[in-house]
Amino acid sequence: MAQSSASNVTPIHSGGILPSGAVAPNFTLHVTPDQTLTLSDLLGRPVILAFYPADWSPVCGDQMALYNEILPEFRKFGAELLGVSVDGAWCHDAFAQNRHLHFPLLADFEPKGAVARQYGAYRAADGVCERALFVLDKNGMIAWSYCSPVAVNPGADGILQALEDLPK
Amino acid sequence: MATLKVPIAVEDHVQGPETADVTLVEYGDYECPYCGQAYLIVQQVQKHFGKRLRLVFRNFPLSEMHPAAEAAAEVAEFAGVQGKFWEMHDKLYENQERLGEVLYLELAEKLKLSTTALHQALEQRTFEARVRADFKGGVRSGVNGTPTFFINGHRHDGSFDFETLISAIHQAMGTAKSV
Repeated sequence: MAQSSASNVTPIHSGGILPSGAVAPNFTLHVTPDQTLTLSDLLGRPVILAFYPADWSPVCGDQMALYNEILPEFRKFGAELLGVSVDGAWCHDAFAQNRHLHFPLLADFEPKGAVARQYGAYRAADGVCERALFVLDKNGMIAWSYCSPVAVNPGADGILQALEDLPK
Repeated sequence: MATLKVPIAVEDHVQGPETADVTLVEYGDYECPYCGQAYLIVQQVQKHFGKRLRLVFRNFPLSEMHPAAEAAAEVAEFAGVQGKFWEMHDKLYENQERLGEVLYLELAEKLKLSTTALHQALEQRTFEARVRADFKGGVRSGVNGTPTFFINGHRHDGSFDFETLISAIHQAMGTAKSV
């Protein structure tokens, strides 16, 4: 993975999200108030990066809750799922507990949206992440990416197809 | 746009004729309050279109969020093999706030189904595989929450209020005629 730093707020990619074939920019983000997660630590297995606008969407089966239910299907591919939004670690903590989420939520909180910008997945006008999905192969290359209209929960069919299409 | 990947088959729970202009597929969860609202709206929609509409219901229990949803789905499937799926489906939605074994046995009795057999089916998870199959097919089709509707195989991303649903169905009927 490219060693671009999360502290670099300048977008390295403008006009859409990073496409398949690109190297997934590495990052280190808070996963709990006192723990961080570094993307490159997950090399060797597929990773699903799900950028989403905000915790606490007021609907049943919001995107993260849905992925939580589908987690066993993702794990069949040995894939690791990471949710990313600009909410802080304490907010994520409360949200994850409330929805019984069994996967990490990363806080792209300070500098705000820095990682999302690197993936071309930041909505500067709204100050939140796009609803953007990335499936990374075990070498940290983007195998598939998709940006959904922000009001439309993209579901998981694209992710599962991309995982299935990864070289074995 | 997300499309239905699992075609309507004999195992499906269907209301309305095969020759209907439009097929509305609902992926639902018995504990989801939005599905509870949708239950009443779908009935109005069915009344509005009559035989021009075919309805299919498939299970999509969000078990992490709704701990009673899976068992409720299994109860409906249990009734289904005895030809009483829709009666049970309706009663579960009408008693959504009371989901649990007491209610299930009470409903089974009302529908003249064996309470012993139901208890056993729940204990042995007889219908778990069926419910999971619906769920997995839904995931593959892009179900993104509950309820999710497909109109003639295309996911309906708009709201599910009566007006929006009937206008989307009318639109599908228009398309169906011109193709």
